[in-house]
This record gives sequence, structure tokens and C-alpha cells, in this order.
Amino acid sequence: MQPSHVKYRLGKSYGFQILTYILAFACVVPLIAILFFIIKAGVTKINWHFLVNIPKPVGETGGGIANALVGSILIILVASVIAIPIGIMAGVYLSENRKSRLAYWCRLSTDILQGVPSIVIGIVAYFWLVKPFGKFSALSGSAALAIMMLPIVIRSTEETLKLLPDSLKEAALALGMPFHRVIFKVIIPVGVSGILSGVMLSIARITGETAPLLFTAFGNPYLSTKLTQPMQSLPLLIFNYATSPYNEWHDLAWGASLILLVWVLFLNIFTKIVTRKWKVQL
Amino acid sequence: MESTVIKSRNFNASFGSNHVVKNVNIDIPRNHVIAVMGPSGCGKTTYLRCINRMHELIPGASSSGEMKLNDEDVYQMHPIFVRLKIGMVFQRPNPFPNLSIYDNVIAGYKLNGIKLPKAERDRIVEHSLTRVALWNEVKDSLNKKGSFLSGGQQQRLCIARAVAMEPEVLLFDEPTSALDPISTSTVEELFHELKVNYTLIIVTHNMQQAARVSDKTAFFFMGELVEYDDTKIMFTNPKDNRTQNYITGRFS
Amino acid sequence: MVTRSDLPLRVINSTPEAILKAKKRARRSFRQIRTENVFKRTLSIMGLVIIILVLGILLTLVVQSLPSIKALGLKYLWSKVWDPVQDIYGAWPFLLGTLLSSFLALIISIPFSIAVAIFLGEYHPKGWLPNFLKNTVELIAAVPSVIYGFWGLAVLVPIVRSFESSIGVEPVGVGIFSSSLILAVMIIPYAASLGRSMIHLVPSHLKEAAYGLGATRWEVIRSVVLPYTKSGLFAGILLSLGRALGETMAVTMVIGNTSLIPKSIFAPGNTMASVIANEFTEADKPVYLSALIELGLVLFLVTVVINLIGKKIIDRFTNE
Ligand SMILES: Nc1ncnc2c1ncn2[C@@H]1O[C@H](COP(=O)(O)OP(=O)(O)O)[C@@H](O)[C@H]1O
Ligand SMILES: [Mg+2]
Repeated sequence: MQPSHVKYRLGKSYGFQILTYILAFACVVPLIAILFFIIKAGVTKINWHFLVNIPKPVGETGGGIANALVGSILIILVASVIAIPIGIMAGVYLSENRKSRLAYWCRLSTDILQGVPSIVIGIVAYFWLVKPFGKFSALSGSAALAIMMLPIVIRSTEETLKLLPDSLKEAALALGMPFHRVIFKVIIPVGVSGILSGVMLSIARITGETAPLLFTAFGNPYLSTKLTQPMQSLPLLIFNYATSPYNEWHDLAWGASLILLVWVLFLNIFTKIVTRKWKVQL
Repeated sequence: MESTVIKSRNFNASFGSNHVVKNVNIDIPRNHVIAVMGPSGCGKTTYLRCINRMHELIPGASSSGEMKLNDEDVYQMHPIFVRLKIGMVFQRPNPFPNLSIYDNVIAGYKLNGIKLPKAERDRIVEHSLTRVALWNEVKDSLNKKGSFLSGGQQQRLCIARAVAMEPEVLLFDEPTSALDPISTSTVEELFHELKVNYTLIIVTHNMQQAARVSDKTAFFFMGELVEYDDTKIMFTNPKDNRTQNYITGRFS
Repeated sequence: MVTRSDLPLRVINSTPEAILKAKKRARRSFRQIRTENVFKRTLSIMGLVIIILVLGILLTLVVQSLPSIKALGLKYLWSKVWDPVQDIYGAWPFLLGTLLSSFLALIISIPFSIAVAIFLGEYHPKGWLPNFLKNTVELIAAVPSVIYGFWGLAVLVPIVRSFESSIGVEPVGVGIFSSSLILAVMIIPYAASLGRSMIHLVPSHLKEAAYGLGATRWEVIRSVVLPYTKSGLFAGILLSLGRALGETMAVTMVIGNTSLIPKSIFAPGNTMASVIANEFTEADKPVYLSALIELGLVLFLVTVVINLIGKKIIDRFTNE
């Protein structure tokens, strides 16, 4: 083989390597650009006043996003209360029944649920919880978000518990422990870090969800804490104000975006650190 | 006077269609150490796990025949009762990693939700750890996690955990095969002490161990109980030539 | 032979004799046993709840789509005009908008996500820089889509507008092209992280065999790594596509929201998801609302099929 040919092949190889590097690191650019821009546009808007006041009508400057903050927290809390117990129990069920037919269908359903577009969940929640009661409500929004949390909680619980050695369960059963105590006192405590990471990840995911809330929680220009009433949330506020033609409202949306972004990224990074520290596999 | 604790009649066990324990008949006398030996894969573990109904936890596993504890059919009782009366120690030490040494010993009470006064708990912990000759080694670190102990200590902790429930029978599945020689001899010494209060059934594939620790020995071969007799007789004058071959090392 | 195969869920009954003999511990233990059985049943009910939930979603979508299916028939899907005021419903503009924006996004994002996968899977599996890249790419998936939309509207759309006027098309800014760009960024992580783990699975003896024959790094990647992982990479791309098809908010904010058939990739349009988001609460006529839900049903079915195929491929790949 001629040296020149080898040289050509090596050159081509390096060429592709460099191209790969460039393309790979180009992916970082949009994220940095978004972070940079949101911080730049949002950071000047955020102050104490911004956090504790509700939006002012069009034309007046000032105003804050207290209603959206409170609403987001409430809606997420209620969604968690619904989704976490169901998700963990279904996850326990799947890890305890690896072969049964019900488990097969349940696993398939979880996979399906994971891929359902969020807008579709919104439609369904509308027909289940809005239309029958004749009004938009925070509760229906929570239910929609809970559906989105479920697959993440179920999967992380199942994967965590599957990794625990059988000997742990046998040790407990051999002491004459009833099954529910084996689960609650031994299996879940030992796997708690993995389950918690899944829960945090699922909360991070729903925090930024807008589409399922459009026809459920709907939004509310005022501060409301009633679960049976329409309620504002951060992503809803950002959507509505960002697409409005008013500059003051855009400012509000930038501030809200920064808060939402920090919140979501914090949850994600925190989960990552915790999973690494606890050596959890997700 | 010897009374029988465990009595099997025509006992069979399978994994799906794999028939691994065949027609076992055995009477196990109280306060004795029984060794169960035989080549690997002959069904020793499976038979042992049938005694306290751990076998049925494996999907597809099934069993038939009579298994009696004090004339009461184990398979007519709820498994929880069975396991409270027949404790088990596994091949690999398996203390609960989330519990302290103290809590590991009383795990059977604590995790079963049985409330005991503090003094009673302390008494059980000290008594059980003393029984397994671990008390002096760990009495100053009772609040540490059990997983900090050495393998031999962990195994004794697991024995203490079983002893704390005051069962009638203790099952051991190759309890020393994961331990070093020194820990092994410590555990073997325990057997003599423990048989005063309990009946011990010990699966081992180590003939010397069987000879050292047991009063009676059962020899399993390909799922059948080939021979069951006093240990001395088994090792000096076995009746079945399969036993003879095994003892003289002509298999394996 | 009597079978006592006790599957984990089987309820075991105690005989009366056993109950009598166990009387000492009986009271509390029986409560435990009852709780145990209730608990086991609760667990299976939770499993069932998930199945019912998915069936419920499907059923709700089907039932609510029925008026539109009855009134408009199958040809609804390729009718070209959407004019609710005149009671004319055709889904073709949205189907086309969805397909155009998703596939354009896919085409833009594939080189990048494959590059990330190769970089992390083959060139530099370990180290702080690869770690940084891996975490950053994963965070791309964490950013809420409404923020992508807002950023797109404020930053990307003006850039696209000046680009459009420089190449001589009508400078609208918002449109299919802008939403494809945003989508392309959003879906990178899915194909990238799956591709990375697939490339990790390539047995090193295969690569060594090729190196042993004097192949260069690139030749090993092209002739061993990529062929070996092609089904996995394909699955990753499918999952990305599933995400792109169903993505709502970012697209809604930058696509321009018109129900006309897009004339070029720079024209404004609507996707199935964005038209639902825009018009669902305004749909005042039963057929109008139902026509929107039928779009949701199509979206649901398409994403389910895509995701399940992707999962199947991954399972087969990882179990080999
Ligand atoms: N969990 C299991 N599932 C299916 N078959 C098993 C399982 N455990 C053991 N077996 C089978 O049962 C037979 C007896 O196993 P075991 O009782 O563990 O033997 P021993 O303890 O004497 O070495 C073996 O041949 C093995 O193939
Ligand atoms: Mg064994």
C-alpha cells in the first residue's frame, strides 16, 4: 500500500473526527444562548415586588407573578400527591410481578403513557374533569400533570427495586414478615434514593408543562388558591404574556421565564448530583 | 426421650417441570444438629427451603406431600406462622443494609411492628448476640450499620437475628461457604451451643463439616434421600454404596 | 402431584385447626395477614389503574372524535380547507404542517445528535469535557418548551426574518422553518443519549479486529460501529420524531398559526398540536371541537406506534 494512500485515509479520519467534535459541541450553543438571553432579559425584572405582587392590567408598569408562583406550587403539589403513591405502588407491582400478564400490559401502558403528547393529556383531562363540572379548575390541571408524572415514577421505582438483591427480600420473609411490611420497611427504605430521584425528575418534567394546563387550569389573572377554580401557573403565564403584544407583559414573561428555568434546571442538576452520589441507576 | 420436630412424608418439590426433590421421608429429632449433604444440584437447598415455605416464593415452583412441624402440617398453616417458628440463615450473610446492628437483631420484631418495651428489646439484643458469641465484639458499636462488620460477623449477626425470634427450628443453607476458615470454625462452634434450645438443620457440601458438627446426617443424591442415619454410622459404615462413593470421594 | 404453586398473588387460606393452634399470636398476626392480602390486591389494582388510564385516554379520544368521523368521514384527513366559520373542515394543512416541520427538524438535528453520540460513545467516553457535553445535552431536554417558544419568538424569529429577506422570500419570520429549527434543538438529546448508550454496547473485539487489519478510526466507526448500532440509532431517531410530532408550545409560538396550506418551508402554518392548542377553547360547534379532537386521536395513535416500535427495537438490541 502506498504511503500517500495511508496518508489520505488518515487525513480523512482526522477530518471526520474534527467534524464530529464541531457538530457535537455546536449542540451546546443553543442552550448557552437561551440561558444567556433569558438571564439577561429576566434578571433585571426580578425583585421582591415582582415575587409578591400579581400582574397589573395592560398599560401599567410593575406588577409581579405571585399568582403564577403560588399556582404552580399548588398545582404541582396536588399532582404529586396523586401521582407519587400510585406510581410507586404500580412500580412495586411491576418489580414484584415480572412475568404476569397484567404486569406485561401495565408495562406496555407505562411505555405508551410516556410517549403521549402532552396536549392530548390536556384534551382528555378536559373531558374527564372540566366538562362534567362545567368549569376550568386547578384540580383538573393537577390531574393532567399527575398522568404525565406517572410513567417516570413507575419506571424509576421498578428499575430501582429490580436491582435490589433477592436475598434482601428473602431475609425479611424468612423472619415471618408479611409482604406489605417487607415492602414498606425493607424494600422501599433500601431503594429510597432511586425512587426519590425518579420523583424529583418527574416534578422537574411537569413544572414546565404548559399544554396540559391550557384547557384545565386555564390561567387566572388574580391570585387564587381554590383548587376548584381556574388557577395561574408559571408556564401558562409565560405563554399568555409572551404571545401578547404588550411590552410590559413581555417583561413579566421574561422574569417568569428566568424563575421557571432556574427552578427546572436546579431540580435536574440536583437530581443528577444526588443520583451520582447515591450511585443510583435510572 | 427424643421427640420429632420435623416430619416429611413423600415430599416432592419441582421448578416447573423440573422435579428436583423426590419422595423424601425423614424424621428430625428435637435438639439435634442434622447435616444435609450431597453433591451440588442434588436438591439440598430446595428441600431446606420447602421446610419453611420459602420455596414457593419462586415463580413456577411447586411442592407436594407432607411436611409436619410438631404434627401440624406446615402447608396448612399460613407461611408467616411457619417462618416465625422455623428461622433461616442463608448462604451469603444478608443483614439489612439500612438498619443498625441493634435493629438488625430485633428486625423480626421491629419490622413486624411488634412493640416491645426498651428493656425487653435490650435484653433480646444482648441475649441473642451473646448466643452467637458476637456481643463482646459489637457491644460498643450497636448503632453502626450491620454492613460494616466482617463476613463472619455478619453471618453471626444473621444467626442472632433468627435466634431473636425464638424459633423451634433453625435452617442453615451452607452457612459457612462464603466465610474464611476462622469465621467458619467460630460459626461451627455455635452449632453445639444452639442445639440446646433449637433444632438445627444444616445444608453443607463439605463432608468434614458434616462430620464435625452433626448428630445425624442425611445424604441427598439427585433429588432423593439416599440415606439418613447417625453421623457416626454414615461416615464409618454407610449402607448405600452411593453414600459410600460420595464419602470416599468417588464422585464430584 | 398436588401443586401448591403459590404465585405471589395467591391468597393462602388457613384451616380452622391451624387457626386454633396459633391462637397466641393469632390476633395481631391475622390482622397482618389480612393487611397483606389487601396490600397485594391494592398493588395489582394500581397496575390495573395504569392500563385503564391508557384505555380511558384512547376511549375518550375515540368517543369525542365520533361526531367528526361521522360528519366528515375519512376524507377529512386530506381535505385541504379549514374554515370553521363556514363549517368546512379539512385536516390536510395541519398534517402537512406537522410532517414538514417534524421531518425538517429531524433532518437538521440528526447530524448533531449522531455527532454527540459518536463523540461520547466512541471518541471520548470519559473525562470532564465529555461529561460536560453529556450533561449539557441532557439539560436541553429539561428546558420547558414554553421557554424555547418565547426565546424563539424573541431571538430566532428576527434572525430568520433577515435570513428570509436576504434570500428573497417573503420575510415573515414565523413559520414552518422557524419551528423546525427550534424543534431540531429540542429533540437532539433523545437520539443523542440513546445513540451513545448503543455505541457503548459495541463489543470491543469487533473494533479491535478492524484496527488489527489497519483500519483508521473513521473506517472503524463507519464500517463497524455505525453498522452494528444502526437499529439502535434508528430507534433513537424514531423517539426524536415522536417528540417532534407531539411538541406543542414551542411550535405554537413560532409557527404563525394559519390554517392555509403552507406553500414553502418558510411559510407560516399550523401543526396538529398547535391548532388544538389555539382553537380548542374557541371551538363552539360540536363538529368543530370534535374535528380538533380527531387530530388529537391521530396524534396519539401515531406517537404510540412510533414509540412502541422504537422501544421494541431498543429491547431487541439491548437483549442481544
Ligand atoms: N430458582 C430456580 N429456578 C429453577 N430451577 C432451580 C432453581 N434453583 C434450583 N433449581 C434447580 O433445582 C436443582 C436443585 O437445586 P438446589 O436445591 O439449589 O441444589 P443444591 O442446593 O443441592 O446444590 C438444580 O438442578 C437446579 O437446576
Ligand atoms: Mg444449594
